Amino acid sequence: MQLIFEKGAPGRHLSLLPPCDVPEVAPQRPRTEPLELPELSENELTRHYSALCKRVHGVNDGFYPLGSCTMKYNPKINEELAALPGFTQVHPLQPEETVQGCLEVYAQTEALLNEITGMDAMTFQPAAGAHGEFTGLLLIKAYHRHRGDTERTKIIVPDSAHGTNPASAVMAGFTVVNVPSGPDGCVDVEALAAAVGPDTAGLMLTNPNTVGIFDKNILEITRIIHEAGGLCYYDGANLNAVMGLVRPGDMGFDVIHLNLHKTFSTPHGGGGPGSGAVGCKAFLAPYLPGPVVRREGGGFRFAAPEHSIGRVKDFYGNFTVVVKALVYLLTLGKEGIPEAAENAVLNANYMMARLREKYAMAYDQLCMHEFVMSLENLKEETGVSAMDIAKGLLDNGIHPPTMYFPLIVHEALMVEPTETESKETLDEACEVFLRLWEQAHTDPQALHDAPVTTPVRRLDEVEAARHPVLRYAGA
Amino acid sequence: MNFPADLKYSKSHEWIKMLDDTTALVGITDFAQSELGDLVFINLPQVGDAVTKEEAFCDVESVKAVSDVMSPVTGEVAEVNEELLDAPQLLNESPYEAWIAKITGITEFEELLDAAGYQALTEQQ
Amino acid sequence: MGSYVPNTPSQRQAMLETIGVRTVEDLFASVPREMLVGDGLKLPVGRSELEVRRAVSALAERNKVYRTVLRGAGAYRHFIPAVVKSVVSREELVTAYTPYQAEISQGLLQAIFEYQTMICSLTGMDVSNASVYDGGTAAAEALTMCRDRKRAKAYVSACADPQVVETMRTYCFGSGMELILVPEKEGRTDQEALRSLLGEDAACFYLQQPNYYGNIEEAAAIGEIVHGAGAKYIMGVNPIACAVLESPAACGADIAVGEGQPLGLDLSFGGPYLGFMAATKAMFRKLPGRIVGQTHDAEGKVGYVLTLTAREQHIRREKASSNICSNQALCAFTAGVYLSAMGPQGLRQAAVQSMSKAHYLAEELGKIGLPRIHGGEFFHEFVTACPKTEAVLRALDENGILGGLPVEGGILWCATELVSRQELDRAVSIVKEVL
Repeated sequence: MQLIFEKGAPGRHLSLLPPCDVPEVAPQRPRTEPLELPELSENELTRHYSALCKRVHGVNDGFYPLGSCTMKYNPKINEELAALPGFTQVHPLQPEETVQGCLEVYAQTEALLNEITGMDAMTFQPAAGAHGEFTGLLLIKAYHRHRGDTERTKIIVPDSAHGTNPASAVMAGFTVVNVPSGPDGCVDVEALAAAVGPDTAGLMLTNPNTVGIFDKNILEITRIIHEAGGLCYYDGANLNAVMGLVRPGDMGFDVIHLNLHKTFSTPHGGGGPGSGAVGCKAFLAPYLPGPVVRREGGGFRFAAPEHSIGRVKDFYGNFTVVVKALVYLLTLGKEGIPEAAENAVLNANYMMARLREKYAMAYDQLCMHEFVMSLENLKEETGVSAMDIAKGLLDNGIHPPTMYFPLIVHEALMVEPTETESKETLDEACEVFLRLWEQAHTDPQALHDAPVTTPVRRLDEVEAARHPVLRYAGA
Repeated sequence: MNFPADLKYSKSHEWIKMLDDTTALVGITDFAQSELGDLVFINLPQVGDAVTKEEAFCDVESVKAVSDVMSPVTGEVAEVNEELLDAPQLLNESPYEAWIAKITGITEFEELLDAAGYQALTEQQ
Repeated sequence: MGSYVPNTPSQRQAMLETIGVRTVEDLFASVPREMLVGDGLKLPVGRSELEVRRAVSALAERNKVYRTVLRGAGAYRHFIPAVVKSVVSREELVTAYTPYQAEISQGLLQAIFEYQTMICSLTGMDVSNASVYDGGTAAAEALTMCRDRKRAKAYVSACADPQVVETMRTYCFGSGMELILVPEKEGRTDQEALRSLLGEDAACFYLQQPNYYGNIEEAAAIGEIVHGAGAKYIMGVNPIACAVLESPAACGADIAVGEGQPLGLDLSFGGPYLGFMAATKAMFRKLPGRIVGQTHDAEGKVGYVLTLTAREQHIRREKASSNICSNQALCAFTAGVYLSAMGPQGLRQAAVQSMSKAHYLAEELGKIGLPRIHGGEFFHEFVTACPKTEAVLRALDENGILGGLPVEGGILWCATELVSRQELDRAVSIVKEVL
């Protein structure tokens, strides 16, 4: 398909602005290069983007069991309310008395999420999960420093962790200590006990963990860290499995981030914007990025936490994303939140039970909201890899599971159906998975060649990386 | 698989070619490149960098992975092969010509293998 | 209660049977009993769509929407063509994840490739990434790009947006990089001070153009000072101003970053916005975050993929220079649609009109006794002295006008192409009455 720069004609344009009604001024040192932007009619423009949108697969286009990403349905009412002019047309630097509704959005969402997570205070400034991790780790750093405890330089991360965990720890100035997982995919408690010491600043963990198992030793794990003088950080990537049922605060965590764009139904927008809200126990609240929203008298105002680490972003966060999460929270409420978690777990276990007859499970036990299959044996027997199966799914209108993650499982496919899929959808998907397993044995080449129904076939990533073409270079 | 007899090898799959008693070229072996797959970039060390035996001194990237290259010697980087920046495929196509760095002032060597010893090592893996 | 769970009780029962357990509780057997919340959380009961709509609309109504906005300071209300919202609300796009599966994500990947090209065109730089969170984090990430073993000090103009500086400071608290402010002189960066401050350990200097006060800096001359000291030159630019001002590339920037909100994004109380980042060829491998590249498929057809991924956290883990994963993809997409709709002519008009209206406002305010406190050129923001700041802003507010932002020494005003001469005249006459 042509690039937008290859369409249109010089001089073609939309009629958008009236003539300038004041005397025109120009800078003394003006731009000298031509401004190379598309020149299209509105018709051409919308056709171009409609054509592009047809080449994108969203949750609205079909099943999307992408493990660790919680691709649940994104309710339309979220979008409608977040688009109200009373939210979108508000300048972030308006006087406080003119933005009481916005401040209340933050205050209400904070109160609901504190209750769900067992935390005492929250900031919505972080724009995504990784940004939240960075923020949370800085809280830990500031806490230790403020106490004069400057020797705590190490963050413990399990080897099954998402790559952002170690990367965030390093950005926050820590060194990373990797601890191995046990054969059950959970933290090896003995290895953890051996790894902690006076240099331990904290631990980063997600529970359920990245292989979809609830770590039953969680209280012992957080106790080991606390006894060593460290703090416990909860990566909320997998909260969808337990929200409303178990609270990270009750597991012993001191600081958490949530992915509102996963757990709380806000759409991913092709990779963002998200919202990586960070919650913490009361003793960490003085370190939160400012400003935070406080209730005062009958209204709300901004306040600066006493020992704030400083802001991590301009203004207050991805505000309209938070509006969408609030709409979701109000809709589901007390019963709907745990119902969602229970059904996420039910759907995952159902798919696992049906696929187990052919596919090898990396951890063959009941799972939480997601499970990991290992296609190592299939690959050995047939030559068909996890990647081949994934590409075969594309030809069946299904977005593949997360591939090759976590790194501790070979030929991994990580499946997270979410609670918003029906049994019929899960059954159809299972049929496809099982059919592909058969095909791997009967016609492996077809899977090596897949996909064949997509706008392009498999793309040459080696060429892309060896000879980077990162912009249109002109006709 | 190719194991030139005039080179020495490290257990972490680098080759080393002595130019004189304290100067050598270092690269990755044929076995290493075949295990790593298509390489797409190399983060070269900088001239003047001090390198230590058995420690990483640069890394190579494939599409889905990054791997450290270990130095078989202790010394200083005197020259780097900048041709590899634009043509990382040379590491795959002709690994023994695609030297990565020239190391001078070598003061220490790790325990190196000869071609036969290294070939035996790769056959075990 | 509201619910998006489709399965009926009988379906759930059948599923439990397939799994081989009796109840849903059995699925949570690995969770220690004492940890379960038991009788539930203290949350309000779920509500119907209509009830939620009423409640949340009421919140929106408690915010004031101004007819006329004369305030910027990092967030700008510009004209947004109708076509922009129509295109970017397409649900395929809105509900997609990061385009890891390139074959079914070509539309998104191509749109981001086009966005990257447009950012390169605006800034004159060689390579753009696929976006970061906002202008502040883009500036903070740029500092890290410049750090090396010998040069670890980041110099930042005191005329940069204070919020951006604060974000940079927070990132430096993490990384251990030292941040030093280069003082202001009469509303602009003090070039003599810059020259004497930059030493052999200087990694970079960050200049905002136009600066926080709206003033246009001598960016090319400053670039020469920075490069003379062997440091990297980062420019934080307003993307609309790029249409008429000397480009960052022409000023010698090694990295150009900025807040992309003016490119078709609503004010939205501060977000979601868009951080754009572009660099020279020599530095592009240090760019954080995703980058889309062009390649071919198995049949030779042109296609697009996420590329150079071995820089990123999911591969490099603790050795990655940034942890960014999710970015602001939909906002980048929006900026691409906006720039395509405006075209070179429209964008230049938006820039010229913003600048012209700000100059008109400055002149009219000057006539009634609110003179600019700085001399020299400015773009679409400027600071005037004001003897009765509070009263002036209150009077404007009562008339549906958001006046400028109170800053040290007066008021920071802003005008864009969206305000008409009539609105400006009205605002000035209201101010005049107060004085």
